[in-house]
Amino acid sequence: MHALADFYARHSQLIDQVGINALLALSLSVSLQAGQLALAQAAFMGIAAYVTAILTLTYHWPLIATILVAVLVATLAGAALAYPVRRLRGVFLAIATIGFGEIVRVVANNVSITGGAEGMSGLPQDANTLTIYAALAVVALALFGLSRTKFALAVALVREDEHAARGVGVDVGTVRMLSLALGGAIAGLAGALYAHSSAFITPNDFGFERMEQILVWCVIGGVTSPLGAVLGATFLSVLPELIRFLADYREITNGIILLLVIVFAPGGLASLWRRGPIRVRV
Amino acid sequence: MLILENVGVRYGGVDALRGVSLIVERGRILGLIGPNGAGKTTLVNATTGLAPLASGSVRLDEQRVDGLAPHHIARIGIARTYQNIRLFGALDVRANLAAGAFTRPARLTGEEIRTLLERAGIEHVDPDAQASSLPYGDQRRLEIARALAASPSVLMLDEPAAGMNPSETARLVDTFRAIAASGIAVLLIEHDMTLVRAACDAVVVLNFGEVIARGTPSEVARDPVVVEAYLGTGAEALA
Amino acid sequence: MVAQQLLNGLFLGAVYALFAVGYTLVFGVLDILNLAHAAIFTAAAFAAFSLAAAGVPLPLAFLIAAVVGGVLGILLDRVAFAPLRRRNAGTLVPLISSIGVAIIIGAVLRGIYGVDELHFVTGGRDAGTTIHLGPVTFTTVELTIFVAAVVLMLALSWVLRSTTLGRSIRAVAQDRIAATLLGVDLERTIAATFFIASSLGGAAGVLTGLEYNSVTLDMGSPIELKGLAIIILGGMGSVTGAVIGGFIIGAVETLAVAFGLSEWRDAITFGVMFIILVARPSGLFGKRALRQA
Repeated sequence: MHALADFYARHSQLIDQVGINALLALSLSVSLQAGQLALAQAAFMGIAAYVTAILTLTYHWPLIATILVAVLVATLAGAALAYPVRRLRGVFLAIATIGFGEIVRVVANNVSITGGAEGMSGLPQDANTLTIYAALAVVALALFGLSRTKFALAVALVREDEHAARGVGVDVGTVRMLSLALGGAIAGLAGALYAHSSAFITPNDFGFERMEQILVWCVIGGVTSPLGAVLGATFLSVLPELIRFLADYREITNGIILLLVIVFAPGGLASLWRRGPIRVRV
Repeated sequence: MLILENVGVRYGGVDALRGVSLIVERGRILGLIGPNGAGKTTLVNATTGLAPLASGSVRLDEQRVDGLAPHHIARIGIARTYQNIRLFGALDVRANLAAGAFTRPARLTGEEIRTLLERAGIEHVDPDAQASSLPYGDQRRLEIARALAASPSVLMLDEPAAGMNPSETARLVDTFRAIAASGIAVLLIEHDMTLVRAACDAVVVLNFGEVIARGTPSEVARDPVVVEAYLGTGAEALA
Repeated sequence: MVAQQLLNGLFLGAVYALFAVGYTLVFGVLDILNLAHAAIFTAAAFAAFSLAAAGVPLPLAFLIAAVVGGVLGILLDRVAFAPLRRRNAGTLVPLISSIGVAIIIGAVLRGIYGVDELHFVTGGRDAGTTIHLGPVTFTTVELTIFVAAVVLMLALSWVLRSTTLGRSIRAVAQDRIAATLLGVDLERTIAATFFIASSLGGAAGVLTGLEYNSVTLDMGSPIELKGLAIIILGGMGSVTGAVIGGFIIGAVETLAVAFGLSEWRDAITFGVMFIILVARPSGLFGKRALRQA
């Protein structure tokens, strides 16, 4: 027991980080499962983080309230983004959503309410590990519940063959919008928790670099599986710590491991487990 | 029944369909034949909302259907199969049938799954098998089963016998007749005249986007206009 | 005043266009977004720096560095994309692969050069003689950079239009299977495409390093995403589009700065891209179908 408490004390920051990263990876996997390469999660995260920070620092709202509002705002952002990109697919969608992310970043960088390039500091850091993992558990449970509904089937059909999905009565546009909104909600939750567990936030925390990271976690873990997303996020968040002894060679090892996994297991780590067809239990 | 009245479709300045009228009655099988490029698939696309109508109307019983979104039309009860197989290949058979039944509120029971597979003539197929792993003929029939899962009023089959050998094709006749007998209005697009002759109650012939002949399969096969349209595309097969 | 701004936009746009062309070539031929392009851009700049520091005359250093970029491009394909091609892995996986290579290149550069900002001994654009030509002012260095970029783009255009290789590249871009049936050596053409695309990207890196007299590890970040905006604007897979798109974005940025909106210029660039994407997804010159479904 003592050893466990000791381990936690030394690694609590990493443990918190893994929890938040897992949420971020889940938020992207929701979009990827619908076959949408919508790379706006970092932007939704940032929007929520700033909303939370502003409500906390300027208006002194309590923790839960700021999280709820931030998640709501991020969800609406996701739903709203779905409209202008409704006809875009594949790489076009990816670039459009990256563009959205850049616009958000620049706005955050230049507007006084967000503290501009310096960001916002003096945040209370009142989200502890329990809160973060409770949120993760709630999301995981919710996604599990969703996976048994018609919505999950609709998402799989849109991913596999949009055309045929329409033919069996799936409202593809609405499914895409809902998956973007759901991704926004989860990323928003991650963002709000991030703001409540960091001392400060800056616009660059939510830019393309972060988005790339999230994408890598998901693909390495396994694109069509939420479990894969969590696996990828965990593995790659912990990896830098594991190879810390490599000192200056950490970065290059990171890149090499990335390459090795993706070239030898293109379906991601989760695909090493899965055998046979994708089961959609409805 | 499905009623197309004076339907016209334009693709970039060209009339893909012009003044096409036809009726598919419940319990009957209407064949739609014509040379390649005549507009047969365009007609199916127009009916299912994938191609906008430039003129005319499509009605299911009393309800006007043209102008509605494709998923809405599917909900109303018009189902189809595709010229090139469009199964959800990575999913299993069960999921494909569940997909077909998407617009029905209740889940498919094991019993219903068995019935659907029977009606499509693939009762031997394992519901847990991956759709893309099935042999070609079974995949085609699975598409039919998927369409039936929606309990449709209208079923449009776009060249369901393509790539099948004569004995497989012959089996399709019974399958189609049984489907029609269950009260569904069936539109059968086909090149294979043996199948059309055996399965269809009536035939409409399309060429260059227009209806050039109607009647029973034997009437149409003897129609000189039709023979001429098919000249160079195996007119002997009509005889 | 306007003339000066337009000239600045022209100069800026030329280098942007050079970089964007590399993106669009690879996408046109392989349907892949190469996210290691910016890393090669940076690597070539460092290579030029080292060569110049070793006494190699600048024009030669420029050419060698561009070739280094090209070679890196071929290696990139061998390591990150070719193995996946054989497995038919889709378009998402190669993206990640390229990120992996970008990380590796970044790590290697950091290992060799450290994190400091490096400067060319010869100086940047301000080191040249200033020339006044009517309403506009520029330096010889700026002009040289512009000319170099334009010459390279013209050379590319010539290669694509008048050589067998160029024809092979265009054939593969249009229809890979048909091209193979017509006897095109697929792997060789792909390798050549990467060489060309990456050497142009590398050249853009050297020119950018010279322009601002600054070579740093993160010099590729600003242009990485801008390049995406440019190829969307111009149309994915269209070289002409990338060139024109580059100049348009160069102009947009310069004007933004002129109107005092300098900090907002990235948002404006992406705002423009967004509008184009939503109104005309195929871009100005793109022929690619936007629906993959």
